[in-house]
Amino acid sequence: MSDTTVQIVEARNPPPEAIRKWTLPRIVGTALCGVWIVLGVGLAWSLYSAFDPDVFFKYIPKMAEGLIITIKLVVSSIVLGGLLAIPMAFARMSKSEFVRACAFGYVYFFRGTPILGQMFLMYYGAGQFVDQLQSLGLWWFFKDAYNCVLLTFVLNTTAYQAEIYKTAIESIPRGQREAAESMGLKKGVTFWKVIFPQAMITALRPLGNEIILMVKASAVASLVTVFDLMGATKLAFSRTFDFNVYIWAAIIYFTMVEGLRRTWDWLEKRLTRHLVR
Amino acid sequence: MMDLITQLAWGPGGWGDELAAGTLLTVSLALATLPFGLAIGLLIAVAKTSGEKSLQTAANIYTTIFRGLPELLTLLIVYYGGQIILQRIVALFTDAYVEVNGFVAGMVALGLVFSAFSSEVFASAFKGIPVGQPEAAQALGMTRWQAFRLVTLPQLIRLSIGGLSNLWLILLKETSLVSVIALNDLLRNTNVAVGSTKQPLFFYSVALLIYLVLSLVSAKGLGAVEAHVKRGEQRTA
Repeated sequence: MSDTTVQIVEARNPPPEAIRKWTLPRIVGTALCGVWIVLGVGLAWSLYSAFDPDVFFKYIPKMAEGLIITIKLVVSSIVLGGLLAIPMAFARMSKSEFVRACAFGYVYFFRGTPILGQMFLMYYGAGQFVDQLQSLGLWWFFKDAYNCVLLTFVLNTTAYQAEIYKTAIESIPRGQREAAESMGLKKGVTFWKVIFPQAMITALRPLGNEIILMVKASAVASLVTVFDLMGATKLAFSRTFDFNVYIWAAIIYFTMVEGLRRTWDWLEKRLTRHLVR
Repeated sequence: MMDLITQLAWGPGGWGDELAAGTLLTVSLALATLPFGLAIGLLIAVAKTSGEKSLQTAANIYTTIFRGLPELLTLLIVYYGGQIILQRIVALFTDAYVEVNGFVAGMVALGLVFSAFSSEVFASAFKGIPVGQPEAAQALGMTRWQAFRLVTLPQLIRLSIGGLSNLWLILLKETSLVSVIALNDLLRNTNVAVGSTKQPLFFYSVALLIYLVLSLVSAKGLGAVEAHVKRGEQRTA
């Protein structure tokens, strides 16, 4: 390698940048983006021009209170529903045919009917049995619309979450359980240390979707006199006929859902980073 | 119990015919929404999977917005907002009072939401079809439209039928929201019956049972359709 001659290569210009032609998809796409921009600007302008400080300062605090109720409602129903969903998931996979059928009926009922109807049944149905509930000492609970809604949401999300956990647990290969058993692990240890952590990773995505569905579904609570975010918005609209309150509510709900979705994506990426090859 | 059953009688004495009419409206609203939701969803999915950045952005904005709003809020915005916009347009010509049709408002709102979700289903189905297939079809001399209709579309249906079935079941349940804009669907007619008979437990149970039957029947029907479009997937041993 001692007599290597050095070759001098003349520097070449980089190839010219490809010219992006104005194809039909590009024209349509640009036009549609333009439509979105016009709509966005129009919306911002109408919010600004029709801004009524009286309405704003009177009803924004009410909507903030409503937002807190919405968050309370969603968080408590997701958590309580999650706690009930694990036994329900086991009931769905039970060896006893009777238990399995009961759990299936429960899940099918709550997933097959509108949550709005379930809520009406709970709220107005309870009102029909004031005397009986009073004698049972339960009336204080059903008297409050918030509690009726919470109970409906918990029962509803239990059904959905049970289905999520069932699918997740079943997705763990049987060999894992057998391997744990052959190593002498007890059943409880096998479940909590081997099956459950892996199942939860599978359940992560559908669980995130369920939370988002719950945030959106929680708006129906406003139809039985609960002043959640939607309820406060409807109250403001019925008093002021200022359509902008609906736009504010839309922005708040949208921020919540989109924020939740992005957080969940990040969480999922972080929790599954050991699985990425 | 017997007198409760007689409440369900047909005609002016009972509520059977009202509930049936409500069920009919619920089903027709869902069926009327479906073709729009599917067509717009498919168009948006085509935009999302096209190579054009600006088209993708426009499509993604659509999906993000209508996936991120509560359906009830979308419905109220379409209903009241549509009323305001329509009134302004009409005011340019005459001073007549126009009212937004509840059925149309419901159809638009549910269609917006349905198309946002169905576009996601279609987009992931598109990704399941190798690019080589439409390319090969064109290499064989088919036009782009022929390649789409004869090669891509049949596989697209097969890949998306499961997701679309779920969306249909969701749509069927979401139609109950139109009861808040005074449209006489199943749930609203039930509300009316409850208001006059003071039997909420009975009537809401009946209504939920009807919804359950609708879900059950459509799940069965869609299952059969799915089996039919997937018949080619069965492998012989």
